[in-house]
Amino acid sequence: MPDYNLSYFYVFAFFLVGAGFVTGLLGLSRFIAPRKPSIEKSRTYESGEEPVGQAWGRYPSHFYIFALLFVVFDVEVIFLFPWAVLFRSLGWSGLIEMAVFILILVVGLFYAWRKQVLRWY
Amino acid sequence: MPMGPFGIDPVIWAVLRLVIAVGLAVFLVLNGALAQIFLERKIQAVMQDRIGPYHTGPFGLLQTFADAIKLIGKEDIRARLTDAPFFLAAPAIVFSPMLASFVVLPFGPDFVGANLNVGLLYLTTLGSMTVLGIVIAGWASNNKYSLMGGLRSAGQLISYEVPQILALVTVVLYVGSLSMVDITNSQPGPLVNVLILPMAFVTYLIAALAETNRNPFDLPEAESELVAGFLTEYSGMRWGVFFVAEYGEVTVVSAIMATLWFGGWHGPGVDALPILGVLWFTLKTYMFVLLFMWIRATLPRLRIDQLMGFCWKVLIPLALVNIMATAVLILAFADPRLPLAIVNWILVAALVFGLPFTQRRRLLRFRARTKEHVAMRDVRLAP
Repeated sequence: MPDYNLSYFYVFAFFLVGAGFVTGLLGLSRFIAPRKPSIEKSRTYESGEEPVGQAWGRYPSHFYIFALLFVVFDVEVIFLFPWAVLFRSLGWSGLIEMAVFILILVVGLFYAWRKQVLRWY
Repeated sequence: MPMGPFGIDPVIWAVLRLVIAVGLAVFLVLNGALAQIFLERKIQAVMQDRIGPYHTGPFGLLQTFADAIKLIGKEDIRARLTDAPFFLAAPAIVFSPMLASFVVLPFGPDFVGANLNVGLLYLTTLGSMTVLGIVIAGWASNNKYSLMGGLRSAGQLISYEVPQILALVTVVLYVGSLSMVDITNSQPGPLVNVLILPMAFVTYLIAALAETNRNPFDLPEAESELVAGFLTEYSGMRWGVFFVAEYGEVTVVSAIMATLWFGGWHGPGVDALPILGVLWFTLKTYMFVLLFMWIRATLPRLRIDQLMGFCWKVLIPLALVNIMATAVLILAFADPRLPLAIVNWILVAALVFGLPFTQRRRLLRFRARTKEHVAMRDVRLAP
């Protein structure tokens, strides 16, 4: 299919159909299913215990550190994709530049490793 | 005026094609989910020496239909403390990227929704959008189990996304294109990519297991510790949509593996009869679906620290080494296939044999302990 815009129109249409399909299915369920709300039923589920407080509180900061590491490596990957496509025409100079770039990030990864950041307590 | 195929006006043909493509994708997702749930239950039953579903229809074939109808008829319960708009939107946020992934999958020769020139990048982007839906579901539920499940899921999915994409980059290096159609066309013969780049395949397989929340990486929904993870507050069809999306996600990663490493729709007889390509593609995809089920029935669940450690300390360094080695070899040799294969198989062997070696202290301790147990039992059993 040569038409560039048409391809992305297809992508957009698929997204819309996906959202519409879920809405339709849930709408059908709402139409068919019984509705008898009660206070007991709409309580937060905690294996039968009385829930204490809300869940929106503090949580371990490890998630934050891993998210930071992820951002670093994900950006690296975004640089890797165009390089990989044009790799053969860029030749050795492109390879060396990418090797330097990856090396810097690997040094960062090993620093995090030595600092015990990668340990999950 | 240029004519489209079958003598139809091109504008009408474009719309018609879109309708067919969307219809087929929805059909495939739903059918795939039904078939996979049935297969999973039957296969697990066989592996665990049970019978599995057999009451409804022949061989229990209609069991999943009955389950789907039951789910639609269930009351949709929403807890009072949830954050309503996000709670309601989360299933759609998980589902629609999964459906949109089907656009670029090449099911056969000239049988693809849209041949994007950034196909693989598009697929990885959609794969990470699932994380968004899961985190939103976990947060909006306002439930401690859901929050922990959602956050664990975020940690796991973003960690395993890095080796997954690095494995894809290795294939792109070798093939030189991001388009799924070009990648399929590059491996027409029996010499498919898995023989040349097995290390990338192994990395991707492990990362894909984690990305789709399958065993042994199903920590976000670990029922023995987190009730049902981010799905705790969901019920009825809203839960069902998550489930369908999960099975669709498995189909998508299986299809990616079939396309990138196993030649996609290529197979005997495709040149004579192009429609056979669809059959080959489906067979290859379902081979991986069955592999996932086999792994699920075999392996125990990992602990979260083992999970994260394995990703950052083993998979990512190995994947980076693999990328650099692949790049050097492609530039150094005019025909890099044999050296690439040798280096890659050596890396796979290093992973398979080196991993137990790094765990040897734990292994030795375990062996000593079992020996002790056996000795004690023998003493007890002695007359």
